[in-house]
Amino acid sequence: MELNAWAVVAIGVVGLATFSLGFRSSRLASTTQDFLVARRTVRSRRNAAAISGEYLSAASFLGVAGLVLKDGADALWYPIGFTAGYLTLMLFVAAPLRRSGAYTLPDFCEARLGSAGLRRLATATVVFIGILYLVPQFQGAGLTVHQILPSVPSWSGAVLVAVLVIVNVFGGGMRAVTLVQAFQYWLKLFAIAAPTFIMCVLFFGQGGVNGLGATGLSEPLPPRFTRDAVVTVETDVVLQVKDGVWLSASGTVDNAPAAGRVYWGPGDHVVDEGTELRFSEGSETPVVHPAALDNASWLRPVNGTGDLFTTYSLIIGLFLGTMGLPHVLVRFYTNPDGKAARRTTLHVLLLLGLFYVFPILLGALSRVYAPELLVAGRTDAAVLALPMKIAPNALGEILGAVTAAGAFAAFLSTSSGLVVSVAGVLSTDILKGRVRDFRFGTALAGGVPLALALVLRPSDISLSIGMTFALAASTFSPVLLLGIWWRKITWVGAAAGMVVGGTMVLTSIVITTVSGYTGGWAPSFLQQPALATVPIAFLVVMVTSKATQGRIPPDTNRIRLRMHAPDRLGFIRDRDIARFGTAEERTRLANGRHRR
Amino acid sequence: MNTAAGGPGDPPAPRPRRKKVVLADSRAPVTVLRTVVELEEQTSWAEEVVRSFIRTQFRAAVKFAVGTLLLFGALPLTFYVFPELSDVEFAGVSLPWLLLGVAPFPVLFIIGYWYNVVAESNERDFVDMVEK
Repeated sequence: MELNAWAVVAIGVVGLATFSLGFRSSRLASTTQDFLVARRTVRSRRNAAAISGEYLSAASFLGVAGLVLKDGADALWYPIGFTAGYLTLMLFVAAPLRRSGAYTLPDFCEARLGSAGLRRLATATVVFIGILYLVPQFQGAGLTVHQILPSVPSWSGAVLVAVLVIVNVFGGGMRAVTLVQAFQYWLKLFAIAAPTFIMCVLFFGQGGVNGLGATGLSEPLPPRFTRDAVVTVETDVVLQVKDGVWLSASGTVDNAPAAGRVYWGPGDHVVDEGTELRFSEGSETPVVHPAALDNASWLRPVNGTGDLFTTYSLIIGLFLGTMGLPHVLVRFYTNPDGKAARRTTLHVLLLLGLFYVFPILLGALSRVYAPELLVAGRTDAAVLALPMKIAPNALGEILGAVTAAGAFAAFLSTSSGLVVSVAGVLSTDILKGRVRDFRFGTALAGGVPLALALVLRPSDISLSIGMTFALAASTFSPVLLLGIWWRKITWVGAAAGMVVGGTMVLTSIVITTVSGYTGGWAPSFLQQPALATVPIAFLVVMVTSKATQGRIPPDTNRIRLRMHAPDRLGFIRDRDIARFGTAEERTRLANGRHRR
Repeated sequence: MNTAAGGPGDPPAPRPRRKKVVLADSRAPVTVLRTVVELEEQTSWAEEVVRSFIRTQFRAAVKFAVGTLLLFGALPLTFYVFPELSDVEFAGVSLPWLLLGVAPFPVLFIIGYWYNVVAESNERDFVDMVEK
């Protein structure tokens, strides 16, 4: 595919609109106090759009469709979990957390359990989760740029985008302003909904599956190429073939040089980086190793007990992980009170549900139209590549430009939000909190994940995101849930739970990464360990707290009253007021109750 | 006319907070204030009231969470035990895809809405009880 000028223009427009919106709104709220106080008046509907705008990352925009293309029905649990995480957040966390008045997770830990040591541990965990979440965003950015300008290698795209985000945050232009994030949500929804509608119309206009000569999605056969295809393999892959296929290859196949026409029998075939494969129309599509091989098994959920375990583990990780993400909770603070926090979450459920229908549809469509992505193992590019497959003309170029712009908005908003929250935590909790420190923190929060994104292999975006959710679910969610609802939790218990849960998930991340480079020997449950690690973390917090009952903070009852008392009684105190602002403003704000 | 509000040309002088002065109003507000103060001072009565309120809210949240988990948790097991469900089709789409790709989102929203109603009515009951 040659240079898509439309896409470059569309991305430019998105960047410009975002920047100018951010610039305008940040001029309106210039001081810390203005900023914070103004934020508390945000309506729940706009706030929900902002939360969704920040939340819908590369994993949602690109990753979901890619996983649906590859794994089929089992991948549908990702969008369900991404949405249901907000239900758990609403049931247990939203209102009490808002009323506690804490601004970040470390702040909550200190406010509830009164330990500076626990705060530092929480800070380290926030930074770590933020960095882990940023890596796939940058990798997705590299993928997007590479898809639009195929001559540019992936790494340069990631670098470009990371630099853009860091410069933006440096200048303050991309502040986590509510309006910008809300705008990003509607932009992303449009950028995925409109192309999906048009492509569905084209699909049925072309006579559906039968008109194309593609494999029906419920047939027990692998997908077929609907026209001749050339695939260049960019990382070493293992391809599985079901019935046998003729193709011409140039490069290294099965550890031997290959040139010209070859026949692949049923079984696995190792293809090295840089190999070019040519398939003719109507031939069977080889599929990268762990993906569903034929369409019938792709369509059917849960093939075997391994799938069953992974699915349940994914459910636990995603349902409980959302509440532990650093950039999500900061947004809840912009609600006026606990009741509004709950209503905002309800709106978020609506907005996310509206969005996720479209990537699922796109994933299914690309199983029909773009099987060559399965050969190269670049399933995450499905959303970007599909328009040109369905309509290889100017219309396809425009649709491709729209989805590329949406993807760009997705990782721009998420990574800016993450960089801001990680840099904020770094500068106030570890450094001295000056503007210079914030800039240093920004460089660190953007630079380290960039380095990791370049070094690590671009695995599937949603899979590594799933790991981040597992980490959040095994560290912060026990502390949050028990901290809010259980009177007897102590800081020792909370710290022990975080350390144990975090270590277990980290170990499995390291093992999976190492095994990914050395032949993939690790068992699949290590890829999604939440089903084991989350209950253990909860147990550790409870047992250790029981053993250290002498350390229950003396003002526990008062804090619990503040967190749970209905807003009308006016017990909310915002912790930042005690720390920021002038002395006069502090007294003025602290005296007035949040009576509504 | 309220002169304290000031016209558009006036310098923005700090407005004094308006105070309500009431003489000998012996009705409800005194008890409201007393109960709120009592809550804040953590008397044994207040502690018990707050604790039972938190327990009510917790029970409501857990009920909804367990319900949701059972609802969604049953799906993979059902598909595992009855693989033939994949052959059932509605309007050309197989049943598991409808159950996993479309249905969860409205269901999650309805559960959330329902919980919101329950939690808010619990809170209203508590406020009514305190301000009685």
